[in-house]
Amino acid sequence: MDWEFTQETFISLVSALPLTLSLAATAIALGAILALALALARTSGIVVLDWFARAYVFIFRGTPLLVQIFLIYYGLSQFPAVRHSIFWPVLRDAYWCAVIALSLNTAAYASEIIRGGLLSVPHGQIEAARACGMPRLMVFRRIVLPLAIRQALPGYGNEMISMIKATSLASIITIMEVTGVAARIISETYRAIEVFLVAGFIYLAINFLLTRLVQLVEFKLSPHLRQPENAAEAVIAGDAR
Amino acid sequence: MNLPMSAADLPALSVKNLHKSFGPIEVLKGISLDAREGEVVSILGSSGSGKSTFLRCINMLETPDSGSVTVGNETIRMVPARNGKSKPADIAQVDRVRSKLGMVFQSFNLWTHKTILENVIEAPVHVQKRPRKECIEEAEALLAKVGIADKRNQYPSHLSGGQQQRAAIARALAMRPDVMLFDEPTSALDPELVGEVLRVMRSLAEEGRTMLIVTHEMGFARDVSSRVIFLHKGLVEEDGSPKDVFENSRSDRFRQFIKG
Repeated sequence: MDWEFTQETFISLVSALPLTLSLAATAIALGAILALALALARTSGIVVLDWFARAYVFIFRGTPLLVQIFLIYYGLSQFPAVRHSIFWPVLRDAYWCAVIALSLNTAAYASEIIRGGLLSVPHGQIEAARACGMPRLMVFRRIVLPLAIRQALPGYGNEMISMIKATSLASIITIMEVTGVAARIISETYRAIEVFLVAGFIYLAINFLLTRLVQLVEFKLSPHLRQPENAAEAVIAGDAR
Repeated sequence: MNLPMSAADLPALSVKNLHKSFGPIEVLKGISLDAREGEVVSILGSSGSGKSTFLRCINMLETPDSGSVTVGNETIRMVPARNGKSKPADIAQVDRVRSKLGMVFQSFNLWTHKTILENVIEAPVHVQKRPRKECIEEAEALLAKVGIADKRNQYPSHLSGGQQQRAAIARALAMRPDVMLFDEPTSALDPELVGEVLRVMRSLAEEGRTMLIVTHEMGFARDVSSRVIFLHKGLVEEDGSPKDVFENSRSDRFRQFIKG
């Protein structure tokens, strides 16, 4: 193994890291909004919405992400109507096509995770909120969603890790994120081992930090699941609120 | 309990001719009840007699098929629903009426992700939009009153059942309700924890609060309530002072019921 080459490769790949992170962060954020909407549609009891969400999850969970990326990047541009629509400036851009494909895909998985969280909220706690005269939206915002998020977080952490890794597929539509740059270096040097080892290490490092972050959030959100801290600390924490 | 009657002698709570079916089973067959201010009404009945359903219809956690509920001078407006039964005309009105009715549940139903203090101030701050500082002060006084001031920053899961139920009572009181509804408040508790909850309820009764209590605690119903109602198969079978009902009941069913 050539140490100097490995170092150079590391520097080149790290320079592509912001693009990988921006792809993942944007897709996770947009996907979360869509996922919440889908989960609400699934639990709404309104037949049309329910079936739309079911069909959506079936299609986007049942087809490969790579196929979805291809269809959005190469497929949509086949239609003149798309090329002449106001969406063309977005859809002609490989970056946004990748973001759209990743968001649509993660939303399908995440909506099921969120739905599980919503269903886990004990009915009695919802009734207690309604009995206080809370309007429906407030019950959702202050009671249902906070409890659902706590329940969904471990599963959602998995999905976020998947998304970090899935960004590597964007390299196939010319995006120079970490894997894209790695593939270019290999095509120039034919040294696959070092380059992919470095790329793999970078993904591992991101996911290590992400896992810790999710753990931290989980810890912060679940004092009620732990033994009470000693009284003095509990009082301080309470006053800080 | 020598509370002055309100100007028009308006009952604090008035329920008229409540009907409720679940599928083919008619649970409430026309129940009426007027509770005067300061009155403590115990509602007794064997399981399946409809007493919990009756209580839950009062704050519209169950929608009655027909009948009316009036709290103070506000009657919940009902309109015909598509299934031929009735439904509330205005959800905002239901929410407003609910905030005047403090509900205590059999299974406490404290919000598990909030501390005891947060549970108690939640509705006053967010539903009634009262100043947070004032709500915290009042909540602390209420927690002291029910004897768990030291638990304010703990979470419900850290408390015993009796403590949780007392916190739930404080949470209901924090809304400054006109009427308190108790749905079998001690039925989920270990026997040794029942007393502490009943003590709190007794003190509320002595303050002159208007209370409706669905309960199996015969001793409590007899000693504390000003009125006892016995429901049987969805109808009021007995209605009177504890002395009348317990000692001179005309109902065979009630005598059977208290014999156990």
